[in-house]
Amino acid sequence: MENSYYNPADLPKFGSITDLQPEMGKKFFSYYAEVFKEGALTEREKSLIALAVAHAVQCPYCIDAYTTDSLEKGADENQMMEAIHVAAAIKGGATLVHGVQMMNKIKEVSM
Amino acid sequence: MLKKSLQAQALPLATPEFQLTVLNQRSNSGKEFPFFGEKLAQHELFPLKPTGIQIFQVNVGKMCNQICRHCHVDAGPDRKEIMTRETMLECLVILATTSIDTVDITGGAPEMNPDFRWFVEEISKLGKKIMVRCNLTILLANPKYYDLPEFFKAHNVHVVSSLPYFAASRTDAQRGEGVFEKSIKALQMLNAVGYGQENSGLQLDLVYNPAGAFLPGSQSSLEKEFKRRLKTGYHIEFNNLLAITNLPVSRFLDYLLESRNYEAYMEKLVNAFNPIAAAKVMCRNTISVGWDGFLYDCDFNQMLDLKVAAKHSQHIRDFDLEKLSTRHIVLNQHCYGCTAGAGSSCGGETV
Repeated sequence: MENSYYNPADLPKFGSITDLQPEMGKKFFSYYAEVFKEGALTEREKSLIALAVAHAVQCPYCIDAYTTDSLEKGADENQMMEAIHVAAAIKGGATLVHGVQMMNKIKEVSM
Repeated sequence: MLKKSLQAQALPLATPEFQLTVLNQRSNSGKEFPFFGEKLAQHELFPLKPTGIQIFQVNVGKMCNQICRHCHVDAGPDRKEIMTRETMLECLVILATTSIDTVDITGGAPEMNPDFRWFVEEISKLGKKIMVRCNLTILLANPKYYDLPEFFKAHNVHVVSSLPYFAASRTDAQRGEGVFEKSIKALQMLNAVGYGQENSGLQLDLVYNPAGAFLPGSQSSLEKEFKRRLKTGYHIEFNNLLAITNLPVSRFLDYLLESRNYEAYMEKLVNAFNPIAAAKVMCRNTISVGWDGFLYDCDFNQMLDLKVAAKHSQHIRDFDLEKLSTRHIVLNQHCYGCTAGAGSSCGGETV
């Protein structure tokens, strides 16, 4: 085994996942390519969303890839950091909104 | 921030030989990139030949008021190589006797050549299209340059200006502190005389080079964003954005090595090789003249001292259109920079 779970050299090998299940893998990559094409959202906007999601799911491969991609698409540092704050706010909000559930339960079991 | 050229620092990378050695050796991790010529051969483009000479690119000297981090010329205030009027005269003779229709003047800061204005006036008399690669800050560098926008207008010069980003952060990181603010003022000066304005006929294009070890994104989408940001932030108008890939030559090569990005960057260029872009590289319709009159396939080959492979026509005084039109273009590993993705040339994307 490698001595690390994450190896930057593995990122360019992403395409090799099709080796074990070509049909699904190819469909995935074709879908992936379609998703990131300019549409109702610009390529830059999609890259910033991907960057935010990469942080939310804490995928180091995706963070590397979409930091570079955002720069290539012309996003600036402030936009990139704001995108991450959006991810952080949603993650934080997702935790805190469960506080209502907690409060409901408190009411339910308390005198 | 850089204070001197690589040459003034007497660094090994200042020499073309050392740069070519680096480009052709195995990387530190043992990686070897396929030879560019072999790559072209796989697509039946080797040997690479010209399609005709339409652009006469003249580098009138390496002197510049800026010392940009990515500069492939290694230009700066300490560089003294300057084209003489005698060499310019030799260029004019060729321009007068051939059908080449476009003259692309570059440097350094070409405006710093003492014969720059005379040269432009003479080319203008020949009825050729003139492009000047202006770094913008030169317009504010000294009162003697303040009237350059009017001068450009008088000769209908197509101004091509570098602006790597629409904010100070990345512009200044690449081109030096305070460059963004001055560039904005210079663009406003050009706009004020009509450049970039609708129906003025005065063309103002911007050049976008990535400020780091990454490739340019789609030229049209970057152009939209540049237009939006420069218009809303600074009321600036321009015609086209030309997205140019940084080639691993001179200071950009130095940057790649120093930041340990060289191998990943080369790999990116090689993996992004696009045969359609390869067929449309600018060296096929360009001839590049050095400050001392020697001829090259492009400005990058010029900086690597790779002269044209046309025997007996390697200098402007021996210019032979027929020999040059049938020459084999000199290739090396830096050429991957022009064939990556949507391609890159002095005129931006090629695909």
